[in-house]
Amino acid sequence: MSVMSGAQILLESLMREDVEVVFGYPGGVTLPIYDVLYDHPLKHILMRHEENASFAAEGYARTTGKVGVCMATSGPGATNLTTGLVDALMDSIPIVAITGQVPSKLIGRDAFQEADTFGITRGATKHNYLVKDISELADTIHEAFYVASSGRPGPVLVDTTKDVLIANTEYRPAIQIEKMRGYELRIDPTDDEVDEAVEFLWQAERPYVYAGGGIISSGASDELAEFVESLDAPVALTVMGLGAMPTEHPNFISMLGMHGSYAANMGVTECDLLIALGVRFDDRVTGRLDAFAPNARVLHVDIDPAEMGKNRSPDLGIVGDVKHVLQRLTQRIKETKETQGRKNKEARGSWKERITGWMHEYPYSYEPSKNEIKPQKLIQKIDSISGGEAVMSVDVGQHQMWAAQYMRFNGPRQWVVSGGLGAMGFGLPAALGAQVGRPDKVVFALVGDGGFMMSLPELATIASNKLPVKIIVLNNGTLGMVRQWQELFYDKRYCAIDMDCFPNCELLGAAFGIKSRTVDKPGDLDEALDEAMAEEGPFLLDVKVTPEENVFPMVPSGGAVNEMILEQPKPVTVGD
Amino acid sequence: MKQLISLLIENKPGALMRVTGVLTARGYNIESLTVARTLDSTLSSMTIVVDVDPVMQFLLIKQIKRLVNVVEVTDLTESRSVCGEMALVKIETTPEKRAALLKEIDVFGARIAKTDLLSYTLEATGTSDELDSFISLLHSYGTIEMIRSGAIAISGSSTTKSDDPLADITDSNGEAQEALQV
Ligand SMILES: Cc1ncc(C[n+]2csc(CCOP(=O)(O)OP(=O)(O)O)c2C)c(N)n1
Repeated sequence: MSVMSGAQILLESLMREDVEVVFGYPGGVTLPIYDVLYDHPLKHILMRHEENASFAAEGYARTTGKVGVCMATSGPGATNLTTGLVDALMDSIPIVAITGQVPSKLIGRDAFQEADTFGITRGATKHNYLVKDISELADTIHEAFYVASSGRPGPVLVDTTKDVLIANTEYRPAIQIEKMRGYELRIDPTDDEVDEAVEFLWQAERPYVYAGGGIISSGASDELAEFVESLDAPVALTVMGLGAMPTEHPNFISMLGMHGSYAANMGVTECDLLIALGVRFDDRVTGRLDAFAPNARVLHVDIDPAEMGKNRSPDLGIVGDVKHVLQRLTQRIKETKETQGRKNKEARGSWKERITGWMHEYPYSYEPSKNEIKPQKLIQKIDSISGGEAVMSVDVGQHQMWAAQYMRFNGPRQWVVSGGLGAMGFGLPAALGAQVGRPDKVVFALVGDGGFMMSLPELATIASNKLPVKIIVLNNGTLGMVRQWQELFYDKRYCAIDMDCFPNCELLGAAFGIKSRTVDKPGDLDEALDEAMAEEGPFLLDVKVTPEENVFPMVPSGGAVNEMILEQPKPVTVGD
Repeated sequence: MKQLISLLIENKPGALMRVTGVLTARGYNIESLTVARTLDSTLSSMTIVVDVDPVMQFLLIKQIKRLVNVVEVTDLTESRSVCGEMALVKIETTPEKRAALLKEIDVFGARIAKTDLLSYTLEATGTSDELDSFISLLHSYGTIEMIRSGAIAISGSSTTKSDDPLADITDSNGEAQEALQV
């Protein structure tokens, strides 16, 4: 036991949680922490904006599976963090945010840089804490990590007053988290649940697996593959779930939902058993709820009891860790295959053929061009460089959906996406965090020209830390996804979409000391990508693509998933 | 619809706000809310009456249960719960009205907490409906001033609650199904 300051205890507790890096930004009340950091082994990456600190922590968490940590000062520092917290909440990403608060005695007196961080972030976090007593600091930090990473993961914030940071006390490492009476987790299914579920499985003629981010949080990729193989069922993944199963797996169809493939959306419409694994029936997946898997029984597995029946009532809901549940299901499938497996075998075989037929009939497609770089072509090129191995961090918009359609992933934690919140400005800082967590991987930041402008200052962080992120701007000159909606649903009354005065990327890169290049001719693209990949450090590649390309298929918001717009509507000629 | 929710929460700063946040985030109006200590000093009990969209009724309970500080939550809306409320009522009196008023007070079983020349202060308990009608009756005798505690409720079943907080998770799916049919 030794006497330590609150700031020392804080960092010591982070070390005990195996934290290797903190993404942060200092300020008045967190100075005591930075004073300890001065000669501390814990690595701190100085971001250029706190919002990006929270996104970077997410990028780190999403690619490593560990808890990401970000840190900010009171008031504006803390409020700047909140977008990343909500993003992590929506996508169930484990991050811990440390914020400084004004001294306890000043709280409530409108002190300089005081904000009610505890109140403001209540709805932005899975749980949050305000520490005003140094004796609670270490336990609170450990509890925060436990809450962030267990059950359905999520963001947890610890707000610590300055007096706690500078006070001294005997430090005793927390041995074990005290039992939290209000926090119960259910991990394993009961035997009855397993039996009933497997009965459902054998009874189905047209089973369809709809799996999502829960597979990735639970580390259940192998279990998912084994499960679908034992059943030989087709699988579609949500945008959050991409990578949960290798893209090339024979049972994999594609993403489903608003910009999912024809086969995936027809499959979910026609199936008679929907096996929903670690998913939340998000409206961008389901479209009109009553037209989503309208004739199917639903088997829903999720760790969060509040997901059962939230949007669609399951015929059988199993609350549990999807990894554990899948292990049990697969085991039971194998045990019963002999006696039950023959049932519906033919029907299931022709179901698979139908799905394969749809896949061949309507693959993702686009009109090629000789004169312009098609955005989809750009992504196919990036994909062939990646070979399913790179980390792909995207922003929000058309480029995000094309990447979801065309990128292949050999495994989980390679696809970094703001799925639930759709927060522009996410892609670049998240790629930065990913590269810090996965120095062994090629990391792409694929961003739109709009989202890129939101995260511009992080070019400095990338350059300063020599992070070899390959930044690719899919530059269509507009807020592409907004333009697409205005074109299709607002009579082409384009408003507030021009991203004019976009900086010259070669000058911009040079200004930050980042190698860069602009390409606008299809013939130069390969060479430009080669140059980017050959560069040891970061590279900024600005690719001017066809400005008016749209993402298809598209399920109009609130429409039925089988009523997709498959391709660009043909212009109507008057007199036709 | 009016939903009656009974909770056991950890006695920690912010716990109340987390619970009400689930309701207010949806724009629901809380009709009444009481919080008090329990036999276990680390826990508080809470009773909420809130006007909710019926479709959300079951989901709200689960989302409240999910909060880290919430130990137990029960929907008492449709169950045989024992539910009570207290009102303190000050009523002006005149010598002529007094005898009749005293009779009403006696019939209802209210207690006179304070008297003076011009008024009575009463303490009345009952169900919210009973109090409503008693108060409107008092009103017919003259001007009144009053304060009500809001409802408190306890499950009416003869056994105390089971220890398994997850016991009702799968059971309520069936009910949710009905509520969510679109
Ligand atoms: C912070 C934030 N603001 C606004 C939006 C709404 N929005 C969604 S997509 C989009 C356009 C994105 O344009 P760009 O970054 O150029 O990408 P593109 O769609 O062209 O690929 C906008 C404005 C959002 N998702 N996030």
